[in-house]
Amino acid sequence: MSPAIGGTLNRVDGRFKVRGESRYSAEVPVTNLAHAVIVNAKIASGRITAIDTSEAERAEGVLAVLTHLNLGRVATVPRLLPSLAGLAAPGQTFFPMQDDLVHYGGQPVAVVVADTIERADHAGTLIRIEYETTPATTLLDQARDRAYVPERIFGGLLPGHSSRGDVAKALAEAEVCVDATYRFAPNHHNPIEPSASTAVWEDVDRLTVYDSTQGPNAVQFTLAELLGRPPISIRVVSHAVGGSFGSKAMVWHHPALAALAARHVGRPVRLVLSREQMFTSCGHREEQEQQITLGARADGRITALRHHKLSLTSPFDDWAEPSLQSPSVAYTSPHYEGVYHLVRGNTITPTFTRAPGEATGMFALECAMDELAERIGIDPLELRLRNYSATDPESGKPWSSSGLTECYQRAAELFGWRDRDPRPRSRRDGQWLIGSGMASALYPVTQPVNPQRSRARLYNDGTAVIEAGVSEFGTGVFTAMTQVAADGLGIPVERVRFVGGSSDLPNVTAAVGSAGTSAVGSAVHLAATQLRDELIRRAVADDHSPLRDADPANVEVHDGKMVLRDRPDVGETYADLMHRTFVPDVEVLGTWNPPPQDVGYGVHTFGAQLAEVAVDADLGVVRVRRMVGVFAPGRVLNRKTAHSQLMGGMLWGLGQALLEATRMDPRLGRWANASLGDYLVPVNADAPDVVVDTIEVHDEVVNPLGMKGVGEIGVVGAAAAIANAVYHATGRRQYELPITLEKLL
Amino acid sequence: MRPVSYSRVADVGTAIGTVSADPESAFLAGGTTQVDLMRIYVEQPHRLVDISDLPLNQVEELPGGGLRLGGLARMSDVAQEPAVVRRYPMVAEALLLGASPQLRNMATVAGNLMQRVRCSYFRDVAAGCNKRTPGTGCSALDGVNRGHAVLGTSDCCIATHPSDVAVALVALDAVVQTEGPAGRRSIPIDDFFLLPGQTPEQEHPLTHGELVTGIDLPPLPVAATSRYVKIRDRESYEFALASVAVAMSVAGGRIAEIRLALGGVATKPWRARAAERVLDGAPATIEAFTRAAEAELAPAVPHGMNAFKIELARRTMVRALEEMAQREGTA
Repeated sequence: MSPAIGGTLNRVDGRFKVRGESRYSAEVPVTNLAHAVIVNAKIASGRITAIDTSEAERAEGVLAVLTHLNLGRVATVPRLLPSLAGLAAPGQTFFPMQDDLVHYGGQPVAVVVADTIERADHAGTLIRIEYETTPATTLLDQARDRAYVPERIFGGLLPGHSSRGDVAKALAEAEVCVDATYRFAPNHHNPIEPSASTAVWEDVDRLTVYDSTQGPNAVQFTLAELLGRPPISIRVVSHAVGGSFGSKAMVWHHPALAALAARHVGRPVRLVLSREQMFTSCGHREEQEQQITLGARADGRITALRHHKLSLTSPFDDWAEPSLQSPSVAYTSPHYEGVYHLVRGNTITPTFTRAPGEATGMFALECAMDELAERIGIDPLELRLRNYSATDPESGKPWSSSGLTECYQRAAELFGWRDRDPRPRSRRDGQWLIGSGMASALYPVTQPVNPQRSRARLYNDGTAVIEAGVSEFGTGVFTAMTQVAADGLGIPVERVRFVGGSSDLPNVTAAVGSAGTSAVGSAVHLAATQLRDELIRRAVADDHSPLRDADPANVEVHDGKMVLRDRPDVGETYADLMHRTFVPDVEVLGTWNPPPQDVGYGVHTFGAQLAEVAVDADLGVVRVRRMVGVFAPGRVLNRKTAHSQLMGGMLWGLGQALLEATRMDPRLGRWANASLGDYLVPVNADAPDVVVDTIEVHDEVVNPLGMKGVGEIGVVGAAAAIANAVYHATGRRQYELPITLEKLL
Repeated sequence: MRPVSYSRVADVGTAIGTVSADPESAFLAGGTTQVDLMRIYVEQPHRLVDISDLPLNQVEELPGGGLRLGGLARMSDVAQEPAVVRRYPMVAEALLLGASPQLRNMATVAGNLMQRVRCSYFRDVAAGCNKRTPGTGCSALDGVNRGHAVLGTSDCCIATHPSDVAVALVALDAVVQTEGPAGRRSIPIDDFFLLPGQTPEQEHPLTHGELVTGIDLPPLPVAATSRYVKIRDRESYEFALASVAVAMSVAGGRIAEIRLALGGVATKPWRARAAERVLDGAPATIEAFTRAAEAELAPAVPHGMNAFKIELARRTMVRALEEMAQREGTA
């Protein structure tokens, strides 16, 4: 029996997905269901002076109209803490409809409940709201002079300012300097499934919420605090989730509003966000600007890196996606300064979005590196090699594992980088200017703070159920967990069923920060191997077992059969042992205690991104022809799903580079393109030839199986490789994303 | 969505009678734009009359050599029709470069002509829009207007006409066949699309209850050497930033016949008559193409973010003409 880990097991939920049998949170069958629709503020700043709901209340099918006047107060608004922490995780420290103030466009101001969603939606348009409008800030350019440096950002987890050495002196003494400022349009997640919550009060004290989330437990804990109820009264179920990209990483207002509405009308209530509401209800990647100043010696060795970021946050929270962290450790740079500058604006608190921070921060650094390579006159890849750091430049500690130089080498081979003529505009194919570019990819290995748990139960027919409260939002985690459990128990994947998606199951953290599979996988691995060990322990202690008195360390399991390692003909199956001893099942709880925050190593995932683009010489159209991404994500559990995820990440990088932008109309304080027709994401026709490969690096520091995560590293660096390729093709540097054709006309 | 009643009719007379009797009613065909607009309250009919069963979905030969596209013919079907592909390639190309396969399988060619603009302020009922609610001003003039028009605009509306196939049809001088309470009409397609002027809410000359039954393509040998060039941000499922429909024949190095229209840059599918005048009989050279493009775009008016469209349209015209001339030269 070959190991399941590292194989290409098809998705265990694939059959249900393609047959339309998976139950998403807006599809769970519930009797006596009512439908809620949120009504959003159409102004960005001000106060509700009058609200007339009488016509809406009279409309056909309407059960209730809730506003700040009758919703009631929430018990507590928990503090903002990334859901990786495993605690309550509200997307912002603000809950709407508690008073008459409007802080941002799209803020919920009313909830209509009716017997159908169409009637609820229509009644929402019949509510008459009068506002007193006050001036709003919705663009960085409106308030640069009000920027401040926060003490901490990102839910308090990261400092607003950090430095090592003397960056000013090092820059003054540098032989070569590159100084560039990069601007980033806001981005939205746009998963295919809009967020939805179905709230069912089973009785006055027991609430079940079917919710589309990356973390059922995070929803449970957040609802407990908001509703002022103990966690035992709240069950959160997430059977299937249609993508997230960070939009469902934190807990936004809709599950609580659905629960409150359900309590108000005394019926189960379903609340589905519209596509347009997905642009104002779940955060986004904030509008931002980053200035990079690189100082180097004439041979390209970096001596100093100064990285400043200016971005827009909400009135409530000091949020910035952590753009400075990965760039600060990407290369040797003895002198460093990183500073976040924030501007408060009239927006929902921004949130995690597809490689949050790394996607923008590494774009800025890697474009500046391309300029530095050109200034010094060396190959961009050679510049990276000269600045490769074998230790974490921040702490001086060795990497737990790296593989970066191998990634460069493999990517260069796969791409044919060696033949590259470095001169801009040196290649042409008819009307098309051809260019190639590269970038490094870094993503931190984030660890959950709290213990991760999984339960494994073996039945006496040799089949096993493995449980953990993780949700499946398209990453393939249920499939990978099936493989981990099968190998841990020594049984084929066909005899394993993984069950997840409920807060009633053993607690794991929300699957965020590319850490979901490694967090739950570590717990599943421990549960499965401990269960195996328990069965072996019973066998060697059983007088009737062929393994009686054997050394447990000398017993291994193949295809459900426990055998002596040196005499594989001696042994018995799990089923034989359990039948003989009248045991229906054996169950253990596996608990993985994550390593402390300081493990004595630098922990990052590394990769290399190469891209070839064609730019229409006259029309400015950019088409990506080839992408090569090679990553070193530690242990790969499933090559098929891992490669798919890495490829998906690279295509999102293409979107970030060329297409994605949410456009704010500052006069209205609202997004002007809040639809999938107007917010462009890549389509199949945009997808080039994409080559994904992995370098397997062994890592004993991060977790028992050595997994470092494939969720987001594919995004990181892809946009920079494309922008650098656009420069190589055209001779025109790009300092603003997305690179739309008018910038190249 | 506002509550709406729905009925399905089987003959043209009943369809016209039902809609014309009720001012708050509307025809429903593919519904790919209309239902969207109803969901966001931009269109709020009380009654929908589904005309999908009417016998208007064929492509038929016309006496004299033309072709009639039934009003209810699906975009995907017309694009694959051999007579269209062979005799009017730019119509087939424009169809295939529009929307997505799913939408093309639903949407009809008459519905394509009747589709509403993609201006985000038109679609946002809380924003001022003269086209949706006359007298409320044009939010796009100083707003997010990268996709908006530079030709045929007014101080009341700068929304771009979104259709691709209509650009090809305008170049061909197609004729829109209608039937309404007052009988049948034939409307030259250039008259079918109205400039916004001071009345952007009026987009076409149809009366309430008048149905587009077909679109006639005239017999035009030059249309067999035609193409549709579309420039956009992404490779599929997106509206044009600039597009060109061109039919051209070249004899002895000179342009014998030229038909040219622009999409993505104008408030209606834009027949490039000024450019045609420059090109008619001119040598098929880049210089002539450039002069023609500049003549056409001379009256163009930028509005902030869309200023690049003037240069993009000019270059796209030159590109399309150049490629057409090369193809003609080697044929």
